[in-house]
Amino acid sequence: MKVKMLSRNPDNYVRETKLDLQRVPRNYDPTLHPFEVPREYVRALNATKLERVFAKPFLASLDGHRDGVNCLAKHPKSLATVLSGACDGEASVRIWNLTKQKCIRTIQAHEGFVRGICTRFCGTSFFTVGDDKTVKQWKMDGPGYGEEEEPLNTILGKTVYTGIDHHWKDPAFATCGQQVDIWDEQRTSPICSMTWGFDSINSVKFNPIETFLLGSCASDRNIVLYDMRQATPLKKVILDMRTNTICWNPMEAFIFTAANEDFNLYTFDMRALDTPVMVHMDHVSAVLDVDYCPTGKEFVSASFDRSIRIFPADKSRSREVYHTKRMQHVICVRWTADSRYILCGSDEMNIRLWKANASEKLGVLASRERAAQDYNQKLKEKFQHHPQIKRIANHRHLPKSIYSQIQEQRVMREARRRKELNRRKHSKPGSVPFVSERKKHVLAVVK
Amino acid sequence: MQAAEMNAIRAAEGLLALSQQEELVDLPNCPLSASEDEGDSDGERKHQKLLESIGSLNGKNRWKLAERSEASLKVSEFNVSSEGSGEKLVLSDLLEPVKSSSSLAAVKKQLSRVKSKKAVELPLNKEEVERIHREIAFNKTSQTLSKWDPIVLKNRQAEQLVFPLEKKQSDFVPIEHVFSSWKPRTPLEQEVFNLLHKNKQPVTDPLLTPMEKASLKAMSLEEAKMRRAELQRARALQSYYEARARREKKIKSKKYHKIVKKGKAKKALKEFEQLRKVNPIAAMEELEKIEKARMMERMSLKHQNSGKWAKSKAIMAKYDLEARQAMQEQLAKNKELTQKLQVVSENEEDKGAEEEELLVPDVVNEVQMCADGPNPWMLRNCNSDAKGEIQEEPEQPPKPMVQEFSESEDDERTGTEEEILLQEFEERRSLRKRSELNQDAEPVGSQETKDSSSQEVLTELKALTQKLNKKKHQSRKQKMSSAGTVLQIQREECAPEEEEPLLLQRPERAQTLEDLEDLGHEEFSQNKEFPRPVLKGEQTERNPNNQIDAPKGKKKEEMIDLQNLLTTKSPSVKSLAIPTAIEELEDEEEKHQKQIIKEAFAGDDVIKDFLKEKKEAVEASKPKDVDLTLPGWGEWGGIGLKPSAKKRRRFLIKAPKGPPRKDKNLPNVIINEKRNIHAAAHQVRVLPYPFTHHKQFERTIQIPIGSTWNTQRAFQKLTTPRVVTKPGHIIKPIKAEDVGYSSSSKLDLSVTQSNPKRPTGHRKKQLKKNTVD
Repeated sequence: MKVKMLSRNPDNYVRETKLDLQRVPRNYDPTLHPFEVPREYVRALNATKLERVFAKPFLASLDGHRDGVNCLAKHPKSLATVLSGACDGEASVRIWNLTKQKCIRTIQAHEGFVRGICTRFCGTSFFTVGDDKTVKQWKMDGPGYGEEEEPLNTILGKTVYTGIDHHWKDPAFATCGQQVDIWDEQRTSPICSMTWGFDSINSVKFNPIETFLLGSCASDRNIVLYDMRQATPLKKVILDMRTNTICWNPMEAFIFTAANEDFNLYTFDMRALDTPVMVHMDHVSAVLDVDYCPTGKEFVSASFDRSIRIFPADKSRSREVYHTKRMQHVICVRWTADSRYILCGSDEMNIRLWKANASEKLGVLASRERAAQDYNQKLKEKFQHHPQIKRIANHRHLPKSIYSQIQEQRVMREARRRKELNRRKHSKPGSVPFVSERKKHVLAVVK
Repeated sequence: MQAAEMNAIRAAEGLLALSQQEELVDLPNCPLSASEDEGDSDGERKHQKLLESIGSLNGKNRWKLAERSEASLKVSEFNVSSEGSGEKLVLSDLLEPVKSSSSLAAVKKQLSRVKSKKAVELPLNKEEVERIHREIAFNKTSQTLSKWDPIVLKNRQAEQLVFPLEKKQSDFVPIEHVFSSWKPRTPLEQEVFNLLHKNKQPVTDPLLTPMEKASLKAMSLEEAKMRRAELQRARALQSYYEARARREKKIKSKKYHKIVKKGKAKKALKEFEQLRKVNPIAAMEELEKIEKARMMERMSLKHQNSGKWAKSKAIMAKYDLEARQAMQEQLAKNKELTQKLQVVSENEEDKGAEEEELLVPDVVNEVQMCADGPNPWMLRNCNSDAKGEIQEEPEQPPKPMVQEFSESEDDERTGTEEEILLQEFEERRSLRKRSELNQDAEPVGSQETKDSSSQEVLTELKALTQKLNKKKHQSRKQKMSSAGTVLQIQREECAPEEEEPLLLQRPERAQTLEDLEDLGHEEFSQNKEFPRPVLKGEQTERNPNNQIDAPKGKKKEEMIDLQNLLTTKSPSVKSLAIPTAIEELEDEEEKHQKQIIKEAFAGDDVIKDFLKEKKEAVEASKPKDVDLTLPGWGEWGGIGLKPSAKKRRRFLIKAPKGPPRKDKNLPNVIINEKRNIHAAAHQVRVLPYPFTHHKQFERTIQIPIGSTWNTQRAFQKLTTPRVVTKPGHIIKPIKAEDVGYSSSSKLDLSVTQSNPKRPTGHRKKQLKKNTVD
């Protein structure tokens, strides 16, 4: 009788070294793993549900200011440090440590509002502007024992400065007020000041990539771009309503987003200002601040409607809305430099720290955990169009005020649309042209 | 240059003013010509005045000259009389007397140029200038920005982006440093390292080891190439022989091995023959060896049909042909080995040997051997064998061979025809003489390719061929008149040897031979004979000139002819119809069309199919009964046992009758009522945005991405996240250096400081120049 022995080739199961992974034989025969689509669908559904279950974005609230937080600034070198300026006269600038969630320094910087705050690119000092017509430079480190808290430099101006931003590479900064001034840090008078029209300018922002570019927005509803090298304004675009602030995309040199009073945000390509690249609409009140994610893929906006929203840079609708019961009008918002967190300062004196991804697990992830997370993410992406999954993924709880506002605005929009439709119907063909949503809001581009 | 121009302009302006002045001055002169009658004194005074006025041309106090000494006839408000001003002085006239001076010519030229020039335009207003300025600046900035376009596009489309973007600069270390710092640790590494060091493989520049260099020096290229080719060939040959040996070794057929062995023996014999001629002493030694082998054989019981195997075969021999053959073979072998070798003397050989010797002792000799015996069957077989061999010769076309084959059967009995055959052999022999080289290989090959059915006879023959030379000589001694007689005698001689093993089984043997022959016939006929007559028959039917070549082509041609005939017929019918009535033709065409359609769809009955389909659909939609019977529950179970009818009846749940079908009263409609509302809630209703076709979307859904269905690597690839960020790392804005551009702004501040103010007049001018450029 012939006995058949079971034999195995050691190559198939023996590791070459101890450090190698154990070989696990797998059979990928599709007949052994049937129903792949339904199974993955169920997994995607579960992943979506879990995402919603774990969506707890609120991390911390930093309180200490005595009045509404008017401006926020990130530290360029340290992730844990945040600076904030408030509307009150005393103790108006605070420096916070995010890991400890504590205020580490308080400066009585200006009398009245702190209108703007910005850090130097090296992170050793920061600048503030206030209602008292001064620009002050402060050291980032606190004063030594027994020293008095004093600014490094103080510049007395003729008019009120409403905003400040520091150059990304050079020792220069720009302030705005009656005009846009560009200052050398060493001088007490601006090296150049640029005006176009006679209105107060709300904010000024340097382009982080092509650093000679500046953008500013003025009260007369326009956004003006400047070239610092040629000391001249470049172009001006006039929108429907006033733009509160702009933010440049940190990965795409010519893209910036403007936060507008008409509840919308407009993303422009600065080379073609006559049509915005995208109109982002979801807020139900004026948008007060906007900041890009350092990856340039998303941005966060703060609104007067007591919420902050996260928009994908190429989508017109927001993917996330954050609100809490106690959070009032959000005045300023910042996305932290590691792209994980969002900070917002609001009217009711608090700075809040949020996760950028609501359901993200914080801390170090094991590789398998990360693999599972990636897989779930891909599944959600794959089945995102399926109605049940979409329904769950898009569901957000909103405060009643915002919810009712949304309904109301929907009605208004519908009415407007119907009216236009009727007008078109009852007038000569072609006399009421179709204007796309993107073009509607741009009044003019001034060369 | 500008200054010079300005000077020129100023000069020109001065001149212009001057000319006007001169005109003014001229005016009082005009009445001079008109009032000639006033007298000489008056004329003299006037002349004096003119001179004065000319003299004061370069003087400063020109206006003084306008003073009037006397009232003129007509006083204008310019205190000059314009009376009689028919002709005016032209500027050039005034300059004429001093034309010789070159400086004034230049002035004149300038003058004309000034006259042609228009007034300078007003400078642009401030806003306009600023606008132009802005526009230029904007265009410039746009250009600098558009260098980012490809990067932005790339990043937007990237499968994966890893932040922070800036990579760690890998500092470039010379390779020697890397090598020197690295030490082999594992045994494998050490081995590799040793190998490398043994060759003194240079790490950097020279690229050649010292050994390689030396070899390069030693050998020229051609030499090296030749040697390489040689080596290659040797290697190829070696591998070929190895492969062949392996293949041969694997062959299980005993018969084959026997043949090979015999072939070898034959070869050895031939070699021995040659050796004898060349080196008789060595040949003698060889002979001794053979003798010794013979002695051994005689001593042993091997090949005596006395072994266990032989006995068992002997029992079987009565019934089994193969066993019989095997036994016979063994005996033959014994005989062959025990045969005493007869040393052939030189003188005997030399007579006809010279010519015969060169011949290879294959076929013909075989025939001669066989011809010795009285066995006519054997003879015939030998002949056929010979034929078979002839057949395998390349020069011989197969067709006549077959004919020969058929002939040869008849030839045996008639001696005269045999002679003819032998003549043929002679001819072939002479042919072979010419191509001697090939002959060595040929017999072996031919033997190997023999049909298995005729194998038996063949092997016997081969056994005989070994004693070739001796026999030949013997036969030659006895009768040497003609080839034909030689054949006969050799037959006779061969007979006694052949008789013994064949003797017992004669009738059957004959039968088998016949069978063999038949088989051989069949094979031949299968190969060549049968198809040919058929073809021939066809050909003779169709075309009388019996062409053998390309019968198929002919056939095709004929088919085409037939079609041609068919096609040519139809137009003739039409041509008849056309003149009479066109409608008729159309009708006919329609009918024809219908006919064609009918013919084309003759097989499928659509209505019937539809009805069948509907019936099936109705059947499928009917609710099914549920059988809950558990075989083997409460009774015996197993293969072939079915649960009892009672039980089945008890556990059968009859399905309730469903609602009536919607298409119950619609005979030509099938309404699918299968849409599942519960499933529909989970299905995508509209095609999502980036997809253009539902199939695309379905495909993306159908490809699973989980590790259940994919290998680890594929799974990782499929689930790579779009954006990867490192926790705790600051992501800085993209820089020109990150993406390989040189940064465009040297220092924005320094530029700004160089032109701190708004553009001044000087800057404006520069700007204008730029725009012109």
